[in-house]
Amino acid sequence: MTEPNRQGEVWVFAEQEDGGLHDVALELCGKARELADRLGVKTGAVLPGAGVGPLAKNLIAHGIDTVYLVDHPRLTHYQTLPYAKVLVSLVEKHRPQICVIGATAIGRDLAPRVASTLRSGLTADCTDLDISDVMDPKAKVEHKNLLLQIRPAFGGNIIATIVNYDQWPQMATVREGVMPLKPSANGRSGQVVEEKVEIDDAAMAIKLIQRHIEPRKVNLKGARVIVSGGGGIGSKDNFKLIYELAGAIGGAVGASRAAVDSGYIGKEHQVGQTGTTVRPALYVAVGISGAVQHRAGMEESAKIIAINTDRDAPIFSVAHYGIVGDYKQVLPMMIKAIKEKTR
Amino acid sequence: MSYDSIVCVKQVPDTANITAEAMKEDGTVNRSALPTIFNPEDLHALETALEVRDQYGGTVTVITMGPPKAADVLRDSLFRGADRGILLTDRRAAASDTLATSYILAQAVRTVGRFDFVFCGRQAIDGDTAQVGPQCAEKLGIPQVTYLEQLISVHDRVARIRRNIGHGWEIVEAKLPVLITVLESANEPRPPAAKRVMRLKHARVPAEVAGEVKAASPNASEQELAAETDRRISALRQCGLMLEQWDLDAIHADLQRCGLAGSPTKVHRVQAIVLTKEGFRPVPATEQGIRELIHELVVDRTWG
Repeated sequence: MTEPNRQGEVWVFAEQEDGGLHDVALELCGKARELADRLGVKTGAVLPGAGVGPLAKNLIAHGIDTVYLVDHPRLTHYQTLPYAKVLVSLVEKHRPQICVIGATAIGRDLAPRVASTLRSGLTADCTDLDISDVMDPKAKVEHKNLLLQIRPAFGGNIIATIVNYDQWPQMATVREGVMPLKPSANGRSGQVVEEKVEIDDAAMAIKLIQRHIEPRKVNLKGARVIVSGGGGIGSKDNFKLIYELAGAIGGAVGASRAAVDSGYIGKEHQVGQTGTTVRPALYVAVGISGAVQHRAGMEESAKIIAINTDRDAPIFSVAHYGIVGDYKQVLPMMIKAIKEKTR
Repeated sequence: MSYDSIVCVKQVPDTANITAEAMKEDGTVNRSALPTIFNPEDLHALETALEVRDQYGGTVTVITMGPPKAADVLRDSLFRGADRGILLTDRRAAASDTLATSYILAQAVRTVGRFDFVFCGRQAIDGDTAQVGPQCAEKLGIPQVTYLEQLISVHDRVARIRRNIGHGWEIVEAKLPVLITVLESANEPRPPAAKRVMRLKHARVPAEVAGEVKAASPNASEQELAAETDRRISALRQCGLMLEQWDLDAIHADLQRCGLAGSPTKVHRVQAIVLTKEGFRPVPATEQGIRELIHELVVDRTWG
């Protein structure tokens, strides 16, 4: 168990795949910068892989002071044990105070393995991170400058703030798309430190036989406008109207869990805590009641239009514009108005 | 060649149907106030283990940690075909976070002894953390394979597994022993078998028997209660209906690593979600109203 190191850096796990950094890694660089500035310490990124040196530049441009580069042929593809070995070795050597990891399929596999070895605390799927002094109510001790790890729990029915007093590093995974991707500053300076980590045969216990990556068919994350339908749409056929509006605006089609669970549309369209987190310029929620788990995935959108027959639907609590009415009448009017404007 | 599996399962509150009143003041969950179910993905972990046994032979042991009531999921597992069920219950394990929970489960797995596979659901619906499986593997010092969607084959103590990595899949080979976390897409869990339900529905753990005896005669003395509990336990044992119940001593757990003491993460604050009606701008559902809305969005360059 590791003692708190208050001069420790704020670290990001720089997830990469096939030569490209994962968006969430860059999003976390910006957050790490912000947290480190508040703590008056430096930022670091751990970059394991094979031939990934050129990616360091981009991490530095997004706010990293030191990139710890571990280049090894055995790190070509992500595998739990060798990657965990890298992270554990470097954490033990440099003792960062905070370590954040994207809550991706890889991050959610890696982070618990690492935290277990270090016996440090880990909070999954945070939607916000903050720094604050925290009073331990039992020991009546105040802990200065702890990382507040904020996450929905209990199926999104509550928001819990988790802290880790003294078994550091304070570790958290963070969902993709939750932290804004800050613009890069190409002139920013930082250093690259090459680290050697021994990866023995035991770490290669799992043999990768075949790997198949599908291109993302639905690009919700990149869309400037998203039109989403919910359970209120009523049928797969009725979703056509959602597609029509999305087509008229030039947006992507999203959906609530209720719509996906009812089989109106595929899971790859799902927006929300268990789907994709989005922050488009405009989000149109049609026939979506607005369960917490959905709102958690879209409430950061710059503008939200909610269309619902139920004027008390929770979706209106996050909306900027509310239209109380039947979408079957409202959507054609919108499509018509848009076509007039863009003609 | 036969293979022995241990399946870690959890009884969870049905998070689709709960309210904030289910939380205690210290931010932990008041589980007794909630309707409970078998954690959905754990059913698929159990099914995977049962399929291994059906195909290659071996045993399936189910472990759960929780209050006496959690024996429900053990009975359910037995109904579906598990060979053995063990309840880990101990007040000193209360308020364990994922690190402490995985330590306790790993100690229980070691206590069971021989195993080739440990199966877990990917995550439980009350926390959605997906941490306990990987942490348990680390504590056991064995590799993990997360997100199984197909157990392709087991041959000469090597399992070939297809795992779903979100935007694609991987096929990996793992030498046994290995811990595997299972997705819902992996299989269709078999239903409880009627014959097994008839035979095993009265199976109990000792703590349940004690609770039932106490509920039946609330005014009896401690001595009378203890005597009646012992009598019922030995009757159940004779019928082979006594389920195993272990505490932290039985699994030689280091108490410093269990419960609150062994949990580095602390709940600092819990907010029930309260809907605040902030002001949104109502837009009339008329051609005129909608035309003005669209105009405004074009003017402020929301799109276009």
